[in-house]
Amino acid sequence: MSEPTQRLPSECDIAIIGSGPSGLAAATELKKLGVKSVVVLEREAEAGGIPRHCTHSPFGMREFKRIYNGATYVRKLSQRAIDCGVIICLKTTVITLHKNAKLTLSTPEGVQQLQAKKVIISTGIRETPRAKRLISGQRPLGVMTTGALQSMVYLAHKKPFKRPIIIGTELVSFSALLSCRHAGIKPIAMLEQNSRITAKYGMQLLPKILGVPIYYNSQLSNIIGKHAVNAVDIITENPHLENRLLCDGVIFTGNFIAESSLLSMSHLEIDPTSGNPIIDQFGRCSDGDYFATGNMTHPVETAGYCWANGIQTARLVYVSLKGMLDEHKQRIFITSTHADIKYIIPQTIAVSTKQHTVSGMGSLQIRANKALKGRLSLRAGEKIVVQKSIKTLPERRVALTLPKLTESDSDSPLQLHFESM
Amino acid sequence: MIPTSKLEQNSDTLDHYDIIIIGAGLVGCAMARKLTLEGARVLTLEKGADILDGASKGNSAILHTGFDAPPDSLEQSCIADSYQEFIALRKKLHLPLMKTGALVLAWTDDEAGRLKGIIEKAHRNGVQDVKLLNSTAILKKEPELAQHVKAGVYVPREYVIDPWTTPYVYMRQALANGATLRCDCELVSGQFDGEYWQLSTNQGAFKATTVINCAGLYGDLIDQNLIGTSAFQIRPRKGQFLVYDTSAHRLINSIILPVPNDITKGVVICQTAFGKLLVGPTAEEQDDRDDASVDTETLQMLRRKGEELLPALAHQSVNATYAGIRPATEFKDYVINHYQNKHYISVGGIRSTGLTAALGIANYVFNQMIDGTQSYTPSDAIIYPDKLNQIAEDEIRDWQKQGNQGIICHCERVTEREIKAALHDPYLPASSLDGLKRRTRVTMGRCQGFYCSAKLSEITAGYFTQPMAENIHQEESNE
Repeated sequence: MSEPTQRLPSECDIAIIGSGPSGLAAATELKKLGVKSVVVLEREAEAGGIPRHCTHSPFGMREFKRIYNGATYVRKLSQRAIDCGVIICLKTTVITLHKNAKLTLSTPEGVQQLQAKKVIISTGIRETPRAKRLISGQRPLGVMTTGALQSMVYLAHKKPFKRPIIIGTELVSFSALLSCRHAGIKPIAMLEQNSRITAKYGMQLLPKILGVPIYYNSQLSNIIGKHAVNAVDIITENPHLENRLLCDGVIFTGNFIAESSLLSMSHLEIDPTSGNPIIDQFGRCSDGDYFATGNMTHPVETAGYCWANGIQTARLVYVSLKGMLDEHKQRIFITSTHADIKYIIPQTIAVSTKQHTVSGMGSLQIRANKALKGRLSLRAGEKIVVQKSIKTLPERRVALTLPKLTESDSDSPLQLHFESM
Repeated sequence: MIPTSKLEQNSDTLDHYDIIIIGAGLVGCAMARKLTLEGARVLTLEKGADILDGASKGNSAILHTGFDAPPDSLEQSCIADSYQEFIALRKKLHLPLMKTGALVLAWTDDEAGRLKGIIEKAHRNGVQDVKLLNSTAILKKEPELAQHVKAGVYVPREYVIDPWTTPYVYMRQALANGATLRCDCELVSGQFDGEYWQLSTNQGAFKATTVINCAGLYGDLIDQNLIGTSAFQIRPRKGQFLVYDTSAHRLINSIILPVPNDITKGVVICQTAFGKLLVGPTAEEQDDRDDASVDTETLQMLRRKGEELLPALAHQSVNATYAGIRPATEFKDYVINHYQNKHYISVGGIRSTGLTAALGIANYVFNQMIDGTQSYTPSDAIIYPDKLNQIAEDEIRDWQKQGNQGIICHCERVTEREIKAALHDPYLPASSLDGLKRRTRVTMGRCQGFYCSAKLSEITAGYFTQPMAENIHQEESNE
């Protein structure tokens, strides 16, 4: 069901790109804070973002104190935003981010401009598809990500295959499993390259109940089939497994990356290793008129986490709109020296001269590519600013308290070190 | 509307054509256009679901001047002729063109030593405007290139063109002027009775005066099937490519070519007409004519190779990977033969240069082999069909226009109106997802269908022979 799109103004106070949980939360919060015109730009025909395709629970614990499925949850969020006076423009794609918070948009009526005072980018994430993983094989139909599968199953009521294989064991991989079940699709197996699942312990019971095996220490190596998938080849340490598995589809799950292509085509900076937008502790991008929030800054968290993040960002944007944030002239970059550190956020710290009413993020959030155990330290040159012993797994949040920095610290960039123990 | 043929109508009931073309790849499309415009009644048989389903779909999308073609070869003369005609026809047929120019770059002293020979060859091929550049001049033109470039040859009129719109336009003009195309139509056998060919296919029998084999990767097998012999043997040569995302597009301005070795032109880096960056192809001999698989190791090698020449690629993301298969033969040159007493023409060994050369090949076949032996009456009112969807980035696209009905594929900015236009094209509607991709670019971007495949499976339901997905039946749903 598509909602009637609201009329796109030519000017507004805050423009928000993307109507997922973080974008809607930010918009609603800004209205509550008394901002006059808040416009959410959504390229789809319906607001809500990724949870729209999740007909399974649980969503809404933090926001509504009760449990909804994804689609109902975002409908509630978007209704709440509209009730608060947020303008949501559907089928509206942002094409270019200009300096001074000006946007070029494509709409069904053609190209238009929107002049905002501040812009929040909350374009979310997407899964890494087959091509980017450089997987061998032919290119038949029936190879897709969870996102594509779920939108097919839930939005279009279609099923693209009957016996696919699921690649990965992140939380979303189990969501893919539920979507398959919903559509009467029976996956032949889930494939995990490590010796345990990536999602939290306990999730492996779900496929067990559904009679879908998880093959550990196994990797996809080749896709076979000209028009449709006939089989896949795997490399496995499991001696009981054949190297060729018959199936009619491949679902690549997770390995989420920021949907930051708008930024990569603009003047805003992107972290070259992770692809995440470069932000400071206030969520500001390299151009202080732009903020980033939600999953695109930290692939990947739950909808509830993104919603809370959106509210936090909205408060910072409000302060910035009132001129109460420092101009961000001086930024200290934080870089990592270790290949197993997937990303750090924020990647920069704006040096403050004023006393702020808001403090921004109090800690660094770090994520590893694989299981790590050891000591994490943030250093300015030789000096250790803060350190912590950690034991973490891939796709888990690690927080490191962020010290307050002054102008005198701005001479040397900060480096994150990791020594395994 | 149907051009008059001099041949008497046969008493049997079979459809009777002047010419049957086997294969609707690049060459088949250009051939159908040329012969139709010359007044012949043409039927093209294509075993794929859509045109370009074979070797042609993986072409590398460059309009060649022929500066590096073997001098005095048939290939060189077809390229030279084609180039002129393409430029002349471009506006009238709405053929996209990106005026990039090319740089043949030497990365070692040995390669630098060979540049002089490349310039001499270009001059022999009539391409006089090539220029030797030193590394400073190259880096000024292409500041993102690796600093260790030694020298290069600048070829200003080597351009990027739209690999799909171009052949669609050729076939569409043929169809608009009375030609017939049958897809999913595979040749079984054929008989020549001294006057006419009778070809039997999975869609029945067809009759023609002349048969032209443009079957690409299956050219030698078609020859053997129909005339019992072939002057060449297809040796499939696979080329794998990486396609980088839009943000990589601005890293270079020209087509970056290596100094060729004996086997291949080597790995090319170039912009595509669709605003992407291409790195490839490889050159891998294989027996299989269909297997366009990619493999991780080779793709990683291409990634490394690309980053070696263009270091900024290290931070760019790969959107897509694919492989094309060149219908190479044991000969370097094209193999085009006329079996006059059998009314049979075989066009073989058309490799990477085929996109450029197709118009010239069609001219060559008509002028040298058909004109004079058959005579047709060209129509005095040639039809130029309306413009196709603008999928190349050299002109305004539909998403920039009013009434586009909204963008469906966000990565490639394909609108609902464009998708519907491709499904309802009066001459050549899309009947497969691949066909729709080539007409609109849907699902070809960075998300590879993450966002749009659901909507697309709805819009295309009922249009494709192989649907994107089945409907979920109530009883199957478990929730």
